[in-house]
Amino acid sequence: MLELRSVSRLFGGLQALNQVNMLVPAGKVVGLIGPNGAGKTTLINNISGLDHPTSGEILFNGTPIHMRPPHHIAQLGIARTYQNIRLFGEMTALENLLISQHGRGSASILDALVFTPRYLREERRLRDTASDLLERFHLTQVAKLRAGNLPYGDQRRLEMARALGTQPKLLLLDEPTAGMNPVETEALGEQILRLVREDGLTVLVIEHDMSLIHQVCDEIYVLNFGQIIAQGTPDEIKRNPQVIEAYLGQDEE
Amino acid sequence: MEFLRSIGITEIVMQFMLINAILGLSMYLVLYTGMFSLANAGFMSIGAYTGVILTQNFDQPLWVGLLGGMAVAGVLAVPIGLPVLRLKDIYLAIATIGFGEVVRILILNFDTLAGSLTGESVRLTRGALGITGIPKITETWHLAAFLVVTGFIMIRLHRSRFGRAMAAVRQDEPAAANMGINVVYTKNMVFIMSAVLAAAAGVLKAHLTRTISPGDYGFDQAVSILAFAVLGGTSTWVGPLVGGFVLTALPEVLRDFKQYRGIVNGSILLLVIVYLPGGLVNPAGWSQLWTRLRGKKQGDTLTAEVS
Repeated sequence: MLELRSVSRLFGGLQALNQVNMLVPAGKVVGLIGPNGAGKTTLINNISGLDHPTSGEILFNGTPIHMRPPHHIAQLGIARTYQNIRLFGEMTALENLLISQHGRGSASILDALVFTPRYLREERRLRDTASDLLERFHLTQVAKLRAGNLPYGDQRRLEMARALGTQPKLLLLDEPTAGMNPVETEALGEQILRLVREDGLTVLVIEHDMSLIHQVCDEIYVLNFGQIIAQGTPDEIKRNPQVIEAYLGQDEE
Repeated sequence: MEFLRSIGITEIVMQFMLINAILGLSMYLVLYTGMFSLANAGFMSIGAYTGVILTQNFDQPLWVGLLGGMAVAGVLAVPIGLPVLRLKDIYLAIATIGFGEVVRILILNFDTLAGSLTGESVRLTRGALGITGIPKITETWHLAAFLVVTGFIMIRLHRSRFGRAMAAVRQDEPAAANMGINVVYTKNMVFIMSAVLAAAAGVLKAHLTRTISPGDYGFDQAVSILAFAVLGGTSTWVGPLVGGFVLTALPEVLRDFKQYRGIVNGSILLLVIVYLPGGLVNPAGWSQLWTRLRGKKQGDTLTAEVS
């Protein structure tokens, strides 16, 4: 589904990504782990089009997307969440979900001006989808509240709902469990697995929480200083000496 | 009507109030999309000159001048917006002030420039003296009707896909882009709409004041337009409309203060800015102010809570 071919990203003299090769097969959950500053978020930014690689290729279902603008990529079916929540804080939860469906609508300002059937039908459809998402993520109670004023857990869930509002095929999650307790983390893990099973989504998840990684991932890539240093199933990665070194430092002896 | 006249709001003041409300709305559009653009005065002058040239030199009726002015400004907004809207915040403001100056100087020298290019004597914008003797054909109902239509468009805009995209772009550009919103398109469309509104106000005003000159649309005018939006508040479209009304009417209402008028006028504006930073039309701001005032009256309760 998603393929990265020797993707590199230079920021001045800093090699944020160095010849990254990666394969995210359809219907799988792939994890991306690595110490802080390893380049994980840069990688997600490159896939979602907020940033572009200095060299290399990113293919989505065979189409090169690495030079496309972010709204194209969103419309092709890649959605994401952010490490530090980026909701439209001044808008209600419901409005956030309406905005997320922007690329799934086509009514113009003129349609809205003269209330064409197309506009009315589309508006009803967007609202229906939005209320489905609200229900699914247990946000119906707070639909009319400003997103910026919601409790942290609600904001996290709303962000995920908003990503799903774009009706993606591939979902990129950037540290979705940040600030969650173990119970919430496990619930989120189950939710991710449900998305894969029931909605047929493919997921690429950046995470520090190893319990979540073990719960959901089919395969893991380990990034350190912009380079993929290991790849394998969760059990393989747990035993990989290079990974242990990257996380815990080298043994002095 | 009689009451309005008694407090100094004559028909001509009312007409200016309506025009400035239109200008306030043109400012509102760009601010609502998160663009700090001060290009409105420039587009106003493009509209005014195009409109007047159409009605004067080509003997067209007002509505042709109005549509012509709006069209020319809208078309010119494209090549201006595409490069300039890559800038943000204060940098965008500076670039658009620059645009206003370019327009002013171009209009100032248009006749000489066109004359030297064509080799004939051109008399269209008439340099620094501007165009005088324009017939006064703008009626109050023209302005009111235009404002009603614009208000309706504003209401519909907020309930449309495009209007939601505008708000999303203001709040978080990258996130909006990741939602499938074409940020560049949204910004440029709004810039065009804003230019078209400013141009309309320009045409209508020119046929009211009966005289226009390049100096009418300089930096002062750009800042006045910004003031309508800021004083009224940009949380809803009603804010800039009210801002345009209030800022135009206030000096007239305060006529009785004679030579102290400027002081009173300035003080009122200062009070609004200090106590209602979100503008006049901003329920949250009023309720905050109310709590503040009540807190003072009730004495120590509020301070106790704070400490």
